[in-house]
Amino acid sequence: MLLHDTALLFGRYARQTLRSPFQIFFGALMPLLYLLLFGPLLTGLPLGGEGDSWQILVPGLLLQLGLFGASFAGFSIIMEKNWGVFDRMRVTPVSRLALLLGRVLRDAALFVFQAVLLVLVALPMGLRAPLAGILIGFGFVALLSVTLASLSYALALKLRTPQEFGPAINTLAMPAMLLSGLMLPMTLAPCWLDVLSRLMPFRHLVDAVREAYIGHYTTPTLLYGVLVALGVAALAVTVGTRTFQKAIA
Amino acid sequence: MPIISTAGLARTFTTRNGPVEAVRGIDLTVRPGEILGLLGPNGAGKTTTLRMLTTLLPPTGGAATVAGHDLVRNPAAVRRRIGYVAQSGGLDPQETVRSELVTQGRLYGMSRSRATARAEELADDLGLTELLDRRTPALSGGQRRRLDLAMGLTHRPEILFLDEPTTGLDPGSRADLWALVRRLRDEHGTTVVLTTHYLDEADSLADRLVVVDKGTVVAEDSPAGLKAAHGAATLQDAFLAVTGRGPAPVDTTPVAV
Repeated sequence: MLLHDTALLFGRYARQTLRSPFQIFFGALMPLLYLLLFGPLLTGLPLGGEGDSWQILVPGLLLQLGLFGASFAGFSIIMEKNWGVFDRMRVTPVSRLALLLGRVLRDAALFVFQAVLLVLVALPMGLRAPLAGILIGFGFVALLSVTLASLSYALALKLRTPQEFGPAINTLAMPAMLLSGLMLPMTLAPCWLDVLSRLMPFRHLVDAVREAYIGHYTTPTLLYGVLVALGVAALAVTVGTRTFQKAIA
Repeated sequence: MPIISTAGLARTFTTRNGPVEAVRGIDLTVRPGEILGLLGPNGAGKTTTLRMLTTLLPPTGGAATVAGHDLVRNPAAVRRRIGYVAQSGGLDPQETVRSELVTQGRLYGMSRSRATARAEELADDLGLTELLDRRTPALSGGQRRRLDLAMGLTHRPEILFLDEPTTGLDPGSRADLWALVRRLRDEHGTTVVLTTHYLDEADSLADRLVVVDKGTVVAEDSPAGLKAAHGAATLQDAFLAVTGRGPAPVDTTPVAV
């Protein structure tokens, strides 16, 4: 029942996304611009650590893609509520959890696809990284997308007015981006900022992907990143599920 | 054995300005195969009542049995037996008529081939066959309404709930929809519960009327009975008398012509 319904809804949402090339490519535009217009500035700078500037910037941009893309995912549920589609589905015996998971999986697929696109553009610009490391990076994009999309849908269900949604997400996403050191590694930060950023779970994800991009697969940094990513994903899906089941019992 | 029975069904919303009692306590009995009209002024609690009976909104008080199942304890079983068409419908503008109908069938657990066959059957029945490959925004108001109705009928529900089904339709489309509702009852024995503001619709379509005002049932009878009880020549007069929204006619003798 859950599997059948999740697959059904994933298919519906995936087809809707595929029909909209705008949605597929436009989401990747902001990180692509950073890559093209900001990336070249870093090539000669001392950023600390191993690896060149592309091995530091590209992991950050991959997660930026997930951070900004997935956290706005909730907009689609606000639209469906306005169209009456959400209630129409809730009247059917469809699994309540599938109403969340079908969307979240579509989002994860979309952002991983955009991540692949980003890496393909980064290669001619000078990115060199081991294949395994690149694949690990995609895994992190998927987990981050699941995490943020779940929370975004939960928030979208809770808010009374859609006008509150955009500003609320922006207010949360900006500090999350700055504090996780997506553009420049937090090792460059003064002590207080470095400490503060360690409280931001996404920092550990970026550090882990950077580690994977220089071929270090067994270090504590990578392991810690995996644990944090799985932990927050589990937490977010739980929160999302609870909110869905409570709000739409 | 009634197909719907409610006792003291109530819903209170908590707002920033304190609790709002949208529905204070509805006692309702609906017999199988009946067409029941739910009347009442704007804000009387009609839509809230329908949303409770269709499992969309948990009641905050009272109890109800719908199609043989307890509304609160077993909403999943209720969902399998009822269909619901909301006031504004529920069509996704990104989808075609066909894909909406097929998805609806699959949401009710049909296989792909079964859902496809059912979609064509419904389209044939409701005059949508020519429109199957059209996107939903390209439909006219009457066509949209027929599609909404087809979606609600996908799984051949025992009870169909319609919230203001003919609001915004032209006279021809309204007449078509009335005929369809009658046909559903006559051919399939479907019980229909509908809300409306059109008293001519209530008069000609419903077997029995329930007038709701300020969240409770204030009158309940057949259209003819309601008129007789208030000595009113038209349902409009009876409605105004029941809800206190206008003076009851002083002179109850019919005007001689």
